[in-house]
Amino acid sequence: MNDVVVDVRNVTIRFNLASEKIDNLKEYVIKVLKRELLFQEFLAVKDASFQIRRGEAWGLVGSNGSGKSTLLKAICGILKPYKGEIIVNGVISPLLELGAGFDQNLTARENIFLNGTVLGHSMDYMHKHFDEIVEFSELQDFLDSPIKNFSSGMRARLGFAIATIVRPDILIVDEILAVGDYAFQQKCLKRMDEMMSGGTTLIFVSHSIDQVRELCDHAVWINKGDIMQVGPVDEVCDAYMESMEKKVAKK
Amino acid sequence: MRMFFARIQGFIKYKDLMGQLVLRDLKLKYRRSILGYLWSILNPLFIMTIMAIVFSQMFRSTTIPNYPVYLMSGQVLFNYMNISTHGAINSINGSASLLKKTYLPKYVFTVSKITSGLIDCIFSIGALLIVMLFTGATFSWHLLLFPLILIQLYVFCVGLGMFLAATNVFFRDIQYIYNAITTAWLYLTPMFYPIEKLPEKLIFLVAHCNPMYAYVTQLRCLTLYNCIPDMHMVLYGCIDACLALILGVWVFLKTQDRFILYI
Repeated sequence: MNDVVVDVRNVTIRFNLASEKIDNLKEYVIKVLKRELLFQEFLAVKDASFQIRRGEAWGLVGSNGSGKSTLLKAICGILKPYKGEIIVNGVISPLLELGAGFDQNLTARENIFLNGTVLGHSMDYMHKHFDEIVEFSELQDFLDSPIKNFSSGMRARLGFAIATIVRPDILIVDEILAVGDYAFQQKCLKRMDEMMSGGTTLIFVSHSIDQVRELCDHAVWINKGDIMQVGPVDEVCDAYMESMEKKVAKK
Repeated sequence: MRMFFARIQGFIKYKDLMGQLVLRDLKLKYRRSILGYLWSILNPLFIMTIMAIVFSQMFRSTTIPNYPVYLMSGQVLFNYMNISTHGAINSINGSASLLKKTYLPKYVFTVSKITSGLIDCIFSIGALLIVMLFTGATFSWHLLLFPLILIQLYVFCVGLGMFLAATNVFFRDIQYIYNAITTAWLYLTPMFYPIEKLPEKLIFLVAHCNPMYAYVTQLRCLTLYNCIPDMHMVLYGCIDACLALILGVWVFLKTQDRFILYI
């Protein structure tokens, strides 16, 4: 059972800052004529390599804008790396950011089916697990009201309930537990624990170092696209906290 | 070849998503309206009545036997093309929040827009049948051939929609240019007038280079003249549909990996 589920090999992810600003034809033609179509490249992740094995729980730590979410997107297959490759063995279930998969005008009931199919489940599967989702999210009384009237905590509950009905091989959690009340956070953490004991691999992004220490056994520290350290969670978190404190002290 | 099978598998996996997206479009369209889906029939019916009154005054001298049916056969198809491609043009930009968060085949959003338009179009054909009933048009078995025309038009719209959606990701101007293009297209399609009214040079151009002319003419054969559509028109229609599909799919596949950087 010691096989690699996510293999990140020398991955570099590049954005082109110059061309991102051009989204209309006029500017494009002008720039081409003036030969100003410069390639202002920006490497969001530089030469990252690490291997995640089945059943491990990894935390990604780093300051804002350091490339954590970019790396997650590459693992999910949303972004293609510019160099290197990422090999994923298994089914990934990304926990969508709050409300990202929801249509504001549809009711909760309709959104459960929409979001479920977004995650690649069939309608049969969703019908079978509908009650389970409603029960976990505790939203029985609001099933037929439009999502736009929901609070962010309620949306988070629904999103979490839908994303975790299937036992994915790899669960990706990006800052989602920040909202939701304490009881619900604990419920989510418990469910994630259950999944991990069932062999699910977890990739967890959070600014709460305590949560990372509690949930994860390994960690990656990214700073401005560079991988600073990869290893056991306590070592990496200590080094990360130390550098953060230095930064604070400097100011 | 392995890519091809992977894509087919992806399509099967996400076919329910396609269904849900089409359902969403249809549900949200008439939510909180009292008559609901009935509007899909009533709306074209009202517009058609007004247009038929206005334009039959203007083209009184022409020898079109059943002007309301003539007009409406064109309108139904052109409106479908117009509305569904205008929906498709923003399908990728509009789904940015989803596409940024999870891996999905991107064409699902574009194709679902064209498909929900098709369902609306079928309702409008119901309206067309009502008009035929009231104007005393003859119903013949030829009418049963109309799905063949819709298939051609659907394929054409999918191709065009994919092309527009992909290019609009990079240049948001496309949607505004396209507005002007469809207006010109509307008047270059013989819908309110018979094609003979056009200048001679234009007749050849419209008859051979305007795909909508091929589809509209085919539908008129069924509704107005009770005959099997001219084989030339069917051939043009199919070729145009295939060309549009090839162009659309090619551009879309070529550019889709870069969508994420622009949406």
